[in-house]
Amino acid sequence: MRQINLVIIGGGPAGMGAALAAYDAGVRDILILERDSALGGILQQCIHNGFGLHRFGEELTGPEYAWRYEKLVREKNIPFLLDTMVLDITSDKVITATNATDGVFQLQAKAVILAMGCRERARGALNIAGTRPAGIYSAGTAQKYVNLKGYMPGKNVVILGSGDIGLIMARRMTLEGAKVHAVCELMPYSGGLARNIEQCLNDFNIPLKLSHTVVEIHGKERLEGVTIARVDEHRRPIPETREYIPCDTLLLSVGLIPENELSKTASVTLDRVTNGAVVDQDRQTEVEGIFACGNVLHVHDLVDFVSEEADIAGKSAAAYIFGENTECTDIALSTDGKIRYTVPQRITHKKDVTVYFRVADVYRNVTIKGTSGERVICQKKKPRVAPGEMESLTLKADLLTGIDTLHFALEER
Amino acid sequence: MYDITVIGGGVVGGMIARTLSSYRLKICILEKAHDVAMGASSANSAIVHAGFDAAEGSLKARLNVRGSEMMKDICRELGVKYQNNGSLVIGFDEDDRATVEALCRRGIANGVKGVRVIDREELRALEPNISDDAICALYAPTGSIVCPYELTIASIGNAMDNGADLYLDFKVTDIRDDGDHFTVFSDREQIKTKYVINAAGLFSDAIARMVGDDSFTVHARRGEYILLDKECGTLVHHTIFRTPSKMGKGILVSPTVDGNLLTGPTSFDIEDKTDKSTTADGLSLVIKQSGENIDGVPFGKSITSFCGLRAVGSTGDFIINMPRSRFVNVAGIESPGLSSAPAIAEYVAQLLANSGLAMEPNPDFDPHREAMHGFREASIEEKNAIIQKDSAYGHIICRCESVSEGEILRAIRTNPRPRDLDGVKRRTRAQMGRCQGGFCSPYIVELLANEMNVPYESITKFGGASRINVGKTKEAEA
Ligand SMILES: Cc1cc2nc3c(=O)[nH]c(=O)nc-3n(C[C@H](O)[C@H](O)[C@H](O)COP(=O)(O)OP(=O)(O)OC[C@H]3O[C@@H](n4cnc5c(N)ncnc54)[C@H](O)[C@@H]3O)c2cc1C
Ligand SMILES: Cc1cc2nc3c(=O)[nH]c(=O)nc-3n(C[C@H](O)[C@H](O)[C@H](O)COP(=O)(O)OP(=O)(O)OC[C@H]3O[C@@H](n4cnc5c(N)ncnc54)[C@H](O)[C@@H]3O)c2cc1C
Repeated sequence: MRQINLVIIGGGPAGMGAALAAYDAGVRDILILERDSALGGILQQCIHNGFGLHRFGEELTGPEYAWRYEKLVREKNIPFLLDTMVLDITSDKVITATNATDGVFQLQAKAVILAMGCRERARGALNIAGTRPAGIYSAGTAQKYVNLKGYMPGKNVVILGSGDIGLIMARRMTLEGAKVHAVCELMPYSGGLARNIEQCLNDFNIPLKLSHTVVEIHGKERLEGVTIARVDEHRRPIPETREYIPCDTLLLSVGLIPENELSKTASVTLDRVTNGAVVDQDRQTEVEGIFACGNVLHVHDLVDFVSEEADIAGKSAAAYIFGENTECTDIALSTDGKIRYTVPQRITHKKDVTVYFRVADVYRNVTIKGTSGERVICQKKKPRVAPGEMESLTLKADLLTGIDTLHFALEER
Repeated sequence: MYDITVIGGGVVGGMIARTLSSYRLKICILEKAHDVAMGASSANSAIVHAGFDAAEGSLKARLNVRGSEMMKDICRELGVKYQNNGSLVIGFDEDDRATVEALCRRGIANGVKGVRVIDREELRALEPNISDDAICALYAPTGSIVCPYELTIASIGNAMDNGADLYLDFKVTDIRDDGDHFTVFSDREQIKTKYVINAAGLFSDAIARMVGDDSFTVHARRGEYILLDKECGTLVHHTIFRTPSKMGKGILVSPTVDGNLLTGPTSFDIEDKTDKSTTADGLSLVIKQSGENIDGVPFGKSITSFCGLRAVGSTGDFIINMPRSRFVNVAGIESPGLSSAPAIAEYVAQLLANSGLAMEPNPDFDPHREAMHGFREASIEEKNAIIQKDSAYGHIICRCESVSEGEILRAIRTNPRPRDLDGVKRRTRAQMGRCQGGFCSPYIVELLANEMNVPYESITKFGGASRINVGKTKEAEA
């Protein structure tokens, strides 16, 4: 079996970023496996701009952002295989993959970085009553038809869910001449970025109906309409508020699910909130030598943070391969529920660490505190936090001395 | 001129056509939909019932037990997934126990092998996740599961490989008796045939009326299901029914042959025979009742919900007869119609022979059809041997179910050829996984369009107006 120092699963921004970071840290024997016919991951179909403000200080489109990384991967001759689907990973880091040239093959890796991204939640997960006609797509699928294939999935659109892909597609479909009648969001707030609501809905007078959902689907062959309704505080539809909207297309932007089927084959422990791996500050999972970064670890709204995380994973994988080590500790991170999760979930080495997290609701004038017992280790104030936007807190290594737990809580002032 | 025309491309019509194609007969199948297996045969519980349900002495009981005995071999010949997982009918109180015991006696009378009543401990040992409130169960070791649409597709494909013709989009609107033959009409075409076999499911009463037989009616009874991710497929190993009540058989929980978990069906009579919608109440009932039977059914892992329509006949039993010469009704085939289908075909062949049709064996008849899932289940070495001959088998299109381009192309080129996304789905499992085609459907549309040499935007989900795309984007048009 072929031996390789570092195998990276997925050639999106996370996979490419991790490969470059590992290369810069001295690893040469690297292989990126990507199932698509090009590098770039989901960015390939995100032809709108808004990428790279943090990382490069300028606004790029998705493909432009991806190309900055791909160019470096090519310049440094980091090997990658396209149209290559990884089918299995064992906890001993044996990888089984398939493509048209090599057939089904196996590799023994010293370290693995999981960078498989995420997929969209589909209609079936929602159990919406009604018929099952053509015309219902997840927003990303519609984006693929429009942006990559050049076809229009429909002309009269309702969007369920105000995730970023849904918002972006509301604008895209409008620009292509379709009429977007409404974006319905189950929650009393949007899960998307504030700037996307402004630029994709408000600028085009598309109504955002908060606390609304689709309760029934109509039409036998092609979609003919949907019934929407307002929901009460328990998210139950209120029958008197039912409203029929004729439409031929329903786009779903109802959540992204990290693609961790492979992680499971490798016995990687998953976090029930993020649906991604439980990791330490190095983005190492609980299986030694297997790392994770990007949307497979937790869903990011900004690719800039994906790249940041990829740097960490790539560098750490290099350190693992070369057997480097820093001073150990073991700190378990926990949250209060208002803060839904943290990444990392554990701190095992004493070095500067940035903890990323998401909140459960919209809160104003908040203080976010990291405490160990009675001791406040770190804190941060924010005028507003929302579930759609990832937050972070950076801790210096010396703050980690003498503690073995770190609890994150949010206080409203 | 055909010898035999079978109306209806469901599992019953398919099995009949296949059985008759083993004789020297010129056969055709007429199906109104864009593909075969679009009726009850694609949306049901997929259970090969052991045979303890139907009343002793009924045609249902007899054909169920016989069909279930034949099923394993037929699935092997046709390369269809079949699994003998056993069935359990669980009871919660002393009334249920009495019913379970009565079912057991009926099973024994119907000739079902190995049925017996088991107590709480044995039940718990067989199924650790069963509700603590269950006190006894009927255990039927011969109960099995099968892939119903695969069985339908394979039987029709095999009939075609043995010479039968299939006409899709052929909705029978009238039948004229021309003395020594019938002329069967659609809006656009007509076909001459000596015999007609009416296997039109829900609409078999309408077909019978076309030749003046109004001795029965068929109405629709809705059954809604929720299907869960493969992660949940091992929650139970047997098919778990609850004790039937006046309200019907209730909600079952069962693994499928592909490793998903199936829960359902509801049971509501409805007027509109074309209404395959699910209802909010129905789906809630599925969730509630499954939870009563099994602890911790993870409905958060639902991947789809759907509805099948039972064709309930007015006589209470299967209606298989010849109301006039050269015309056979195979109607009111509700559950256990899937289980009985092989035996129904055998019975119909006998009926035809008795009526004087010359039935000479077809020396070229080959009962085999290559399994569609063969590649998926092959070893790495076997896969590589295939990929070496055809590299498309190395290229994965459907990521959730790991279906390769080679398998999809092969399905598109195999009888009965699919022409739409749902057709490819039923044959290959591509789009059937957890993302439900989110990733791969744009590519499958492309493969279909190329193979059929039609424009990309003409591809549909299941024929008719179910187009996937309505046109080109501005840029692509320019
Ligand atoms: C529509 C949309 C709009 C967005 N808008 C913005 C924005 O305006 N600004 C911004 O900064 N960010 C935006 N984002 C977020 C950002 O693009 C993503 O967070 C980022 O692309 C995630 O990178 P990733 O590498 O983790 O995942 P991906 O880009 O999804 O890459 C994962 C790769 O892994 C491959 N893979 C998965 N499984 C396997 C396997 N088994 N074998 C081989 N390969 C595999 C996949 O094919 C894919 O190429 C947007 C995202 C989307 C979807
Ligand atoms: C909810 C539910 C659960 C079930 N569970 C089980 C089970 O677990 N086990 C079991 O053994 N059985 C079960 N059954 C029963 C089983 O599914 C049916 O008995 C069986 O599928 C009937 O097959 P069929 O070919 O008669 O009908 P169908 O599959 O409905 O086929 C009839 C075909 O005729 C076509 N047709 C109708 N009118 C015309 C026309 N005018 N011209 C041309 N074509 C026409 C239709 O389009 C259709 O394709 C269940 C049924 C349902 C609905």
